[in-house]
Amino acid sequence: MTFIRFCGAFAVAATLAMPAFAEITRPECVAPANPGGGFDLTCRIAQTGLEPQLGTAMEVNFMPGGICAVAYSLFNTTRTDDASAIVAFSTGSLLNIATGKYGEFDENDVRWVATAGADFGAVIVRADSPYQDLSALMADFSKDPASVVVGAGGSVGSQDWMKAALLLRGAGGDPKAMRYVAFDGGGDAIAALLGGSIGVYTGDMGEMTPHLEAGTMRVLASMSPERLDGVFADIPTAKEQGFDVEWTIMRGFYMGGSVSDEDYNAWVSAFEAAYATPEFAAVQTGKGLLPLNLAGDKLTAAIATNMELLRTIARDAGLIN
Amino acid sequence: MDAILSGLATGFSVALDPFNLMLVLVGCFLGTLIGALPGLGPINGVANLLPIAYGLKFPPESALILLAGIYYGAEYGGRISSILLNVPGDASAVMTTLDGHPMALRGEAGKALSTFAVASFIGGTIAVVLMTLFGPLLASVAVGFSPANYVALMVFAFASLASLVGKSTVKTLLGALIGLMLATIGIDANTGVPRYTFGIPDLLAGIDFLIVVVGLFGMAELIHLVEQQVKGTLKSLPVDKSFVQVSDIIKLRWTILRSSFIGFIIGVLPGTGASVASAVAYGTEKRLAGPEEAKSFGTGNIRGLAAPEAANNAAAGGAMVPMLTLGIPGSGTTAILLGALLMFNVQPGPLLFTQKPEIAWGLVASMYIGNVALLVINLPLVGLFARLLTIPQHYLTPLIAILAFIGIYTIVGNPHDLFLITALGIFGWFLRKLEFSLAPVILGFVLGSLFENNLRQALSISGGDWAILTEDGTSIVLYILAFAVVFAPIWLSRRARRAAAAQ
Repeated sequence: MTFIRFCGAFAVAATLAMPAFAEITRPECVAPANPGGGFDLTCRIAQTGLEPQLGTAMEVNFMPGGICAVAYSLFNTTRTDDASAIVAFSTGSLLNIATGKYGEFDENDVRWVATAGADFGAVIVRADSPYQDLSALMADFSKDPASVVVGAGGSVGSQDWMKAALLLRGAGGDPKAMRYVAFDGGGDAIAALLGGSIGVYTGDMGEMTPHLEAGTMRVLASMSPERLDGVFADIPTAKEQGFDVEWTIMRGFYMGGSVSDEDYNAWVSAFEAAYATPEFAAVQTGKGLLPLNLAGDKLTAAIATNMELLRTIARDAGLIN
Repeated sequence: MDAILSGLATGFSVALDPFNLMLVLVGCFLGTLIGALPGLGPINGVANLLPIAYGLKFPPESALILLAGIYYGAEYGGRISSILLNVPGDASAVMTTLDGHPMALRGEAGKALSTFAVASFIGGTIAVVLMTLFGPLLASVAVGFSPANYVALMVFAFASLASLVGKSTVKTLLGALIGLMLATIGIDANTGVPRYTFGIPDLLAGIDFLIVVVGLFGMAELIHLVEQQVKGTLKSLPVDKSFVQVSDIIKLRWTILRSSFIGFIIGVLPGTGASVASAVAYGTEKRLAGPEEAKSFGTGNIRGLAAPEAANNAAAGGAMVPMLTLGIPGSGTTAILLGALLMFNVQPGPLLFTQKPEIAWGLVASMYIGNVALLVINLPLVGLFARLLTIPQHYLTPLIAILAFIGIYTIVGNPHDLFLITALGIFGWFLRKLEFSLAPVILGFVLGSLFENNLRQALSISGGDWAILTEDGTSIVLYILAFAVVFAPIWLSRRARRAAAAQ
C-alpha cells in the first residue's frame, strides 16, 4: 500500500504544478467515521477546496468508531504533533466533548484550525406523509410524543436526538417519552424513512440537496436562524412556523495539541487564502453547506462560545449534571 | 425495456472506449493484487486509490470505472490468500477458506482457484443482469425492509448456520457466543454508552470485522504454521496442475445459480453485505446436500467452495443497486464509491440514470466487462498463483505476517490495531488447539451486531412492544423458512429411515 501511495503521490506530483504551500507535505484529512456521511463531506470540501493552495488533492482517510472518540483520543495521545493531518469535526463532536464522551480530553487539548462551512438541522418526512408543515407535526408530537416515531443517524444524547428533543421541549413535551430510533448513520435513517419504518427524520439540510429534486422526501422545517437560499428557498424555518428552535452545525477541522505554531499557521493561512477565492465558495455550496469561514484564533474563540452554549443545552436536557 | 436497452448501449459505448476499457483491465488487475494481500480488502483498496484517481484528472466516468474495477478485482483477489494460505482477506472470504483451503492442501489448489473464478464470474454476471433489469424496482422493495424484517432475516441466517455445526455442537455454540461477545465491545449505537471498553479509547469504536478476521484466522494460522515448523511436522504442499473441468461446472450449475440469487437478494438489502450472503449460501448448500454429502463440507467439497463465492460476488453487484438508484450505500465499499461520485459532483439517487446516463450506465456496462476481464485475467494466472505454495514456508510465513501488519495499519494508522490482531491471533491459536472451529466465531460476530442493532431499532419503533417482530408477512415467511431449514432435514432423514425400515 505504501508503494501504491508512493506511486500515487509521484503521479500527482508529476502532473501538477509546484505546490504553493510547500511546507505541508502529504496532507491528509481524517474523517472520523465511515465513508458517506457528514465527516466524509467535510473532508471532501478540504480536499477539493484547498487543492489550489496545497498544490495537491489531499488524501482522505476514515477512522470510524466511537462517535469520533477514537480519532479524538488518537490525536491527543499518539498523533498530537502530526503536522500533515487535519481531522474533521462538527457541532456533534463538540456536544460529545460537552457531555464528556471523549473521556479526559476536552476542547482545550487540540488546536482548532478552520471551518468548512455551516449546515443546519432539518425536520424531514416522506413525500406522502400526512404532515404538511411543522405545526401539524408538532400538534401530534407534543400531545402524545409516542405517536410519532423519530429516527436519525445518532444515538440518544447525540445532536440528531437533541434536535428532536429541543423541538419537543419547545412545544411543551417531554423528550424522555419520545420514540427515538438510532441508526448507524444518516444513510440508514433515510432508508428507514423511505421504507416507512420511521415517520420523521431529524437530519441536516446539506444532505437533502440530491433528494429534494427527486421529490421522495419533504423538508418540513429548516432549523436555521433565517431561510436559506438556492434550492432551499421554499423551505420555511422552524422559527417562522412559531417554534423557537435552532440547530446550527459547524463543520471544520482540528489538529493535535502539540503541532508547532509554524505548521499550524501554514494550515490556517492555506484556509484563509482559500476562503478568499470564489472557487472555495463554489465547493462549499456545491456540497450543500453555507458559508461560515473562521480560521485560527477566530475559530478558537467561536469554539469557546459554542462549548459554553452546548454545556448549557446538555445540562438542560439532563445529559450532564 | 427499450429504456434499458438504449441505456446499456450508451453504457457500453462509454465502457468500450479504448481508454476506459484499459482502465477496467488495469483496475481489475490492481484490485486482484491488492485483494490478494491479507488484510487489504476492497474497502481500503478503493479508499486509498480514490484520491489518486481524482488526482489524475480523469473524467468522472473513467475514474469510477477504474474504481469499480478495483472493487471487483479486490473481491476476487481476497480469495487467493483464503484458498492458498487459509488467510482470508476480508470477512466475506471466511466461508471460502472452509472448503477452499482443504482443497489446496489436498493438491487441488489449481482446481479450487479456477472453480472460484468461474463461480464468481457467474455470480457477478447474474447480479449485473438482475441489476440492469430490476434495479430500481428492487431498490424500492429493499428500503421497505424494516428493522423487524432484518431481525427475522438474521434469525434465518443463524438457522442456516446451524448446519455449520462441526464435530462438537457445544463448541460451535460456544464459538458463536464468543463472536457475539466480541461484537458487544464498543460504544452502543443506541444509547452512546461504552460497553466492555475498560477505559481504553481505542476500543470505543468496537473491533473492526477485518481485525477479527485477520487476527483470529490469519494470525492464528501463521502461529500454527510456525509451530509446525518448529516441531518439524510441516508437510510441503504438492504442486499441482489441476484445473476446473467443464463437467465440474455442469455439476455445480444449480449450486452456483441458487447461491447467486441468494447473494444478490441479500446484497441489495442495505446494511447486510457479502459476508452474510456467503454464509447463508454456504449453509443452504450444506442443508440441501443431504446427510451423506454434508459430511464432506469443510473437508474440501467443491460445492462448499462454489456456493459462497457465487453468493459473495452476486452480493457485491447487488450492493450497487441501492447506491445507484437511491443514493444509499449497501456496503462499506459502495459507501466509498458513493463518496467518489460526490467528489466528482455527481449526485447519486433516483435521478442519476436520467441526468447522467453516461456515468450510471457506463458503470453498469463496466461491471459486465469487469466480470469478463477478471475471468480472463484470473484463469491463466491460476498456475502462477498456485505456485505461491512452493515458496518455502520459512520465507512465506514472515512475508504474510508483514503484509498483514501493513494492511491492517493502512486502514486507520492506529498502532492499537496491530496489538489487537496479535492478541486475537494468540487467542485464535488457543481455540484451534481446543479444536474449536473459527467460522462460527466470525459469524456470531458479524450477525450478532446486525441482530442486536436491528432488534433494538425495531423495539424503539414499537415502543418496546415485541409483537412488532411478527406483525408483517415478510418476517413470518422468514421465520417459517428458518424453522424449515432446521427441522426439514431432521424430518427427511427420519422419513428415509422409516422407509428403509419398512422395506
